[in-house]
Amino acid sequence: MIAINNAQLLRLALPEVIVVTTALIVMAADFLFLHRFNSHVRFFLAAGLGVLGCTGAILRIILAPELANIFNGVLLSNPLTQLVQIAVLVLTIFTLLFSVDSTFTQHVGEFVLLLLVATTGMMFLAGTQDLLVIFISLELLSLSLYILVAFNKSSAQSWEAALKYFLFGGMSAAFLLFGFSVLYGLSNSTSLPFIAAAIHGPTLNPLLVIAIVTTAIGFGFKIAAAPFHFWAPDVYQAAPAPSAAFIASGSKVASFFLFFQVMAIGLAGAEGTATLPDLVRGWVPVLALMSTVSMLLGNLVAIRQSSLRRLLAYSAIAHAGTMLLAIVAHTQLSLAALLYYVITYALATLGAFAVISVVEQQMGNDELSSFDGLGRQAPMLSFCLATFILSLAGIPPLAGFFAKFYLFVTVLNATSGSLGLLWLIVLAIAMSAVSLYYYLRVLKRVYVTPAATNAPAFRTPALTQILLLVLAAAVILLGCAPQLLLRWIDAAIQVSGL
Amino acid sequence: MLAWTIYISFVGAAAMLLMPRSSVASVRIFALLTTVVGFAITLSYFLMHRTGEMLTIARVPWIPSLGIEFHLAADGISLTLVLLTGIIAITGILFSWNIEERTKEFFVLYLLLIGAVYGVFLSYDLFLLFVFYEIVIIPKYFLIAIWGSTRREYGAMKLAIYSFVGSAMVLIGLIAAYVVAGAKSTSISQLAQFPFSPHFQLWVFPLVFIGFAILAGMWPMHTWAPTGHVAAPTAASMLLAGVVMKLGAYGCLRVAMVLFPLGLGPWGFHVFGLGSWRDVFALLAVIGIIYGALVALVQKDFKFVIGYSSVSHMGFILLGLMTLNQIGISGAVLQMFSHGILAGLLFAVVGRMVYARTHTRDLAALNTMNLHKIIPFAAVTFVLAGMASMGLPGFSGFVAELMILIGVWRAYPLLALCVGFGIVVGVVYIWRAMQKAFFLGADVQPNIPHSPLPPITLPERIGAVILIASSVLVGLYPQMLLNIVIPALNSPLFDGLRKGSWQ
Repeated sequence: MIAINNAQLLRLALPEVIVVTTALIVMAADFLFLHRFNSHVRFFLAAGLGVLGCTGAILRIILAPELANIFNGVLLSNPLTQLVQIAVLVLTIFTLLFSVDSTFTQHVGEFVLLLLVATTGMMFLAGTQDLLVIFISLELLSLSLYILVAFNKSSAQSWEAALKYFLFGGMSAAFLLFGFSVLYGLSNSTSLPFIAAAIHGPTLNPLLVIAIVTTAIGFGFKIAAAPFHFWAPDVYQAAPAPSAAFIASGSKVASFFLFFQVMAIGLAGAEGTATLPDLVRGWVPVLALMSTVSMLLGNLVAIRQSSLRRLLAYSAIAHAGTMLLAIVAHTQLSLAALLYYVITYALATLGAFAVISVVEQQMGNDELSSFDGLGRQAPMLSFCLATFILSLAGIPPLAGFFAKFYLFVTVLNATSGSLGLLWLIVLAIAMSAVSLYYYLRVLKRVYVTPAATNAPAFRTPALTQILLLVLAAAVILLGCAPQLLLRWIDAAIQVSGL
Repeated sequence: MLAWTIYISFVGAAAMLLMPRSSVASVRIFALLTTVVGFAITLSYFLMHRTGEMLTIARVPWIPSLGIEFHLAADGISLTLVLLTGIIAITGILFSWNIEERTKEFFVLYLLLIGAVYGVFLSYDLFLLFVFYEIVIIPKYFLIAIWGSTRREYGAMKLAIYSFVGSAMVLIGLIAAYVVAGAKSTSISQLAQFPFSPHFQLWVFPLVFIGFAILAGMWPMHTWAPTGHVAAPTAASMLLAGVVMKLGAYGCLRVAMVLFPLGLGPWGFHVFGLGSWRDVFALLAVIGIIYGALVALVQKDFKFVIGYSSVSHMGFILLGLMTLNQIGISGAVLQMFSHGILAGLLFAVVGRMVYARTHTRDLAALNTMNLHKIIPFAAVTFVLAGMASMGLPGFSGFVAELMILIGVWRAYPLLALCVGFGIVVGVVYIWRAMQKAFFLGADVQPNIPHSPLPPITLPERIGAVILIASSVLVGLYPQMLLNIVIPALNSPLFDGLRKGSWQ
């Protein structure tokens, strides 16, 4: 074990330190002098500080990239973790900027603080391969998110959703911790590669089966995969829009990356297979089952939704099912496909939530009927919404299409030519045909149904407008030229390994 | 050069977005100019390249790590269909001169659709082809849902879902083939050379073929077609029947049959006398021909008659493909062109000339109006289009159907008899629709509209003349197209098909 002093440790964790420091500065500034301004300016300044901090962290990561692995993966820094951290930071910046125009809270400092703390949790999550650090950063992230969901104090629904989220989340954390403790007991180590080496064997230890199942349950909650999805619809619907967007985007990216690592690195050797008809026991069939249930349930239930946020929640469950396929395949290529998928998915979802928040401010709710005739009232807003929704549906030339295509190719390619996972691909593609129905229903409201006669004139805040255009441009650009992002992901995975 | 047909449509659509919403006239003229330029480009290419061989027109790496290229190429078959697209695009705009509601959006979506259709016909990379193929779905949905008529939202959604299910099946086959071939390239020629195992081809071929054939209106997956056509505004019906259904047929030929020729081979056993997918699809095509014709015979709605006639005529195309001989397949390509022109013309008469004036498509109601006296031009056009559609010599339909029939006679003599029956029913339903729609019934009370109907406008006349002229031109001198189609069928790309089960 290499000796390492505190200064080195701090230098390695400098991006995280920058974010935390910014969080504290924002808090202090808000207490000291920001509260004198009206709430809009106050939010603008606080969010601006937060953005500066995140940008600083990104610059630090890009300009002085470290290559380190301390204490067998307690703290890890390589191009891959940096890529995920940058993605998370960028998504945080977008969330911060979108929240500027919201009016749900007077506690601006706390809101920004919690967002940044959650971001710190995600950054640590991305940069570790140690069970303890994983659990602690996961809790840091989760606790911040619970509060963020409950942030709209005037809405009882927001409270209810937060409580639900908290109870389910607490339970899932218990499962996860139990699974981790069993893994530790089996291997005498908290480091993922060491666990993999210890559990390797011809047959599955019954204890290991328990560890696999409980770990899968714990992460299943985190990524909102069925049947552990119960919190998602309520949280998506009742949380303040920026919080919901953050949960649906940034937290998804970090959780999926982590899930992949824990399974592919920590439980290597206990995979089993999901190829039909001869399943082999292990974690792969467990995840394949979870994926199947998520895709079926998410897509079929989404058809019946009348609120756009709930619809997005169920579509998130469906997308989680699709992304789980990449973990089922667990190859380097499928990791690249997963990252591409989850990042572009996060961009589209974030954008969709921003549009929802604008519409909510005008119409008072997110029912599909509130979107009637939006295409005529706010052409720009509707164009962006259409871009995000069609990207989620996987229509070319938008990013969502290539993400799906690449994911399916890598999953099918994982079993080198035997097409054993074809049944999962067939299911996923069939379900994406179902999904087009409910996505088109949304767009039908926007473009086909005429607006209600007494609809007010639409006003979109300038900042939101610019950000929406940026996001829509990104979704289109990444769809037309996937190489822009893919090259980067591929290179990072090449250097860092799995 | 030819690649500009795609670019110019998309650029035109984008430029139109910037135009002011109020200037309806300039929007129309701009859209018309865009399509005319697209057609002019095609025509000049057609006149310069008379050999029909596959020529690359654009090729740049797109996603190098997956071996995906932006590769456009044209051979005689694509060129024929691109010509068709150009003609339909121009006349479609001429026949939507009366769109007053949200004109700008209409033409933006229209050009988007046209651009994507050009893209499908010109793609030589499977991934690229699929991208364009899926782009088609969305504008199609909105064109029908916003500007359509009878049950438009239902028709539009049904159409979108059917198309998407079809393309989902294609996507499964595409990904499987790409992965099995080593995930190195999505070029059609490279995949066509890869020796896929017969077992693999036997399940992928029907998957991909049916996926495309859904859009080609193959029975029993045709039900989107009549409802979609009826719900669509005139220009969208013209595009739908004229070119979008051809996308399906083109995909069947260019992708399914070229990539998986062994999928057409015998199974080695017989079920109900059917020994291969080829037999199955040939039978379905013949059922489509007869079923479509019989159902068209009893329709009350004028547009449904044409809608079902499309199903019937598309059956000819699929049957032609399944003959697997040169005359049958080149007949099928010719029929794609011919049906595109004629279906466009028929829908234009029904939707624009009749329905937009009388506001009814009920044949019983039209029967009382004695329309041939009021709008003689429409009556003459319909009679000509109907004659062409029945397959009278001198029009394009005759040559195409004759060639298919000869091909079928060689491959499936028994089915040829059934097709003959279908042709006879075809004569009857056109005759019946013509009688009822334009001529006063013998024992009905005349109910001639009091206010005079608006006369046929100049754009309509031009559009009708262009379409009739194209049909007659090809009918009188089919060699014009066959000269480029037949060399294309003899090109190395079709080697697998020729060596496999060609007769």
